[in-house]
Amino acid sequence: MTGRRSNLLTIAMVVLLIYFLLPLFWLLIASTKNVGDLFSSFGLWFAHDFSFFSNVRETVTNGGWVFTRWMGNTVLYSVVSAGGAAFLCALGGYGFAKYRFRGNAAMSGLVLGAIMVPTTALAIPTYLLFSKAGLVNTPLAIILPSLVSPFGLYLMRIYAQDAVPDGIIEAARIDGAGEFRIFFQVALRMLAPGVVTVLLFTLVATWNNYFLPLIMLNNPDLYPITVGLAAWSSQAGAGGGTTGAVLSLVITGSFLSVVPLIAAFLLLQRYWQSGLAAGGVKA
Amino acid sequence: MSVNTTERLEAQAPGRGEVRRRWRGVSHASTGYLFVAPFMLVFVAMLVLPLAYAAYLSLFQERLIGGTVFAGLSNYTRALTDPRLLHGVGRVALFFVIQVPIMLVVALLAALAIDSGLLRMAKVFRLGIFLPYAVPSVVAALMWGYLYGPDFGPFAQLADSLGLAAPKFLTSGWMLGSLANVVTWEFTGYNMIILYAALRAVPHDLYEAAAVDGAGAIRTAWSIKIPALRPALLVCLIFSVIGSFQLFSEPQLMQRLAPSVIDSGYTPNLYGYSLAFTGQEVNYAAAVSFLLGAVIVVASYAVLFITTRRSRS
Repeated sequence: MTGRRSNLLTIAMVVLLIYFLLPLFWLLIASTKNVGDLFSSFGLWFAHDFSFFSNVRETVTNGGWVFTRWMGNTVLYSVVSAGGAAFLCALGGYGFAKYRFRGNAAMSGLVLGAIMVPTTALAIPTYLLFSKAGLVNTPLAIILPSLVSPFGLYLMRIYAQDAVPDGIIEAARIDGAGEFRIFFQVALRMLAPGVVTVLLFTLVATWNNYFLPLIMLNNPDLYPITVGLAAWSSQAGAGGGTTGAVLSLVITGSFLSVVPLIAAFLLLQRYWQSGLAAGGVKA
Repeated sequence: MSVNTTERLEAQAPGRGEVRRRWRGVSHASTGYLFVAPFMLVFVAMLVLPLAYAAYLSLFQERLIGGTVFAGLSNYTRALTDPRLLHGVGRVALFFVIQVPIMLVVALLAALAIDSGLLRMAKVFRLGIFLPYAVPSVVAALMWGYLYGPDFGPFAQLADSLGLAAPKFLTSGWMLGSLANVVTWEFTGYNMIILYAALRAVPHDLYEAAAVDGAGAIRTAWSIKIPALRPALLVCLIFSVIGSFQLFSEPQLMQRLAPSVIDSGYTPNLYGYSLAFTGQEVNYAAAVSFLLGAVIVVASYAVLFITTRRSRS
């Protein structure tokens, strides 16, 4: 590579970076302000009073720790869904990539076509089915539909083709290992970057999901953080004497809700970037 | 390394190829079914079944007298002539035509810039631009809603201190653009990462050959990198079709800030939601859902068809 650096390009990219980070910076600043300062001080800089910790305390304890409960629900729904989806995709992707059986091409083609089926078009019929089955207003109503990731399967199939050499599988068979033992003890380790990628992206999809929990749940104790924050924001928008206080909850709660995912992406970047690379090339 | 080991093994045991074929063909086929069965089971239960159920429900109608009766395709004929649904579809199509090109061009330029080796701290840009993807669309919509707002939004504050009128982000003329901005902010980084990952896979000897031929950074980007990105761009485009036509969270949350601008038919998904849960018109909502899914699949295939045909001619 050349050692040249372009200042002009760097400046252009700094402008772009500011656009993407400024709203988050605003959110951080706003979460350090009390209600009065929120309206009276300039939005993009700290006010005189630093109220971050009292805001956080107020947010997590308000209404009988309901925010904390929403965060816990979100963690539960997204970790179980993402773990389950990644496992199903790893198992299935490996099966489609490494075994020849009747219907292999037809089934993987069907799943590939389903990538284009929008999840929100499924949400209303799924709701109607679940309400017949008595699953509405339970954690399963969120977790079960989130277990299916056609794109995840596609990614894992592509990934398994190259990441697990046929020769290794053959060698393990010669050693007398059973097929599932080969998968769990040999192949799964080689599939790790792909699995982490699917895990992270389904984690984000469930963590950020709004439409599905909005229609499936009406018990506030079961809300994930997205539906909870939206409910608070509609209280704040409804006016009345408590508007300001609720507004502060919405802002600090929004800030707190984005921290875990951002941390996960930064910590696991090595994995998801290599996993995506494999999916992107062949796509 | 592993490949070498196998080759060596095979050289030692020349008869193994035949054995392998028998293994594959006979005893391992059923194991293949066991591997794919859990996924396929959930796939059928959570994707095929709801779709089939929506298709089934959409053929019935609830009447005041006589209860639920078979209605053939009348829900569909109603949907295809329903001005609120058609306006919603038209609005998201307009949104798609304006927002997606802007987003993909920005994502492409950012990916090329980061890959060019001309930037200082390329990693900071890559992660910083990607970061909004980790922000839930609900939080993004709430945050931008406050930023747009006339009370304490920084745009209004700046305009006020300069003695100008505050920009009216939440009025009917601006709303679609304001929503497009939120979606662009959320997903540019995601598309950039997909494109960047694909760029990293372009063989580097191509660049060296281009450099020997005297091609500069821009020429290399135009003649080698962008053509190599076609498949990845197509993936981004398809995902954008799906995302645009499903637009829901952002308009639903902005609705509270501007109830007179965003009505319940603003996007097809908002319409389906209000039909099913406010209007209790379950059967019609199922038809709308099914139709929306069909529109998205058709639009995706149309994009695929147009782009792949153009490349051949």
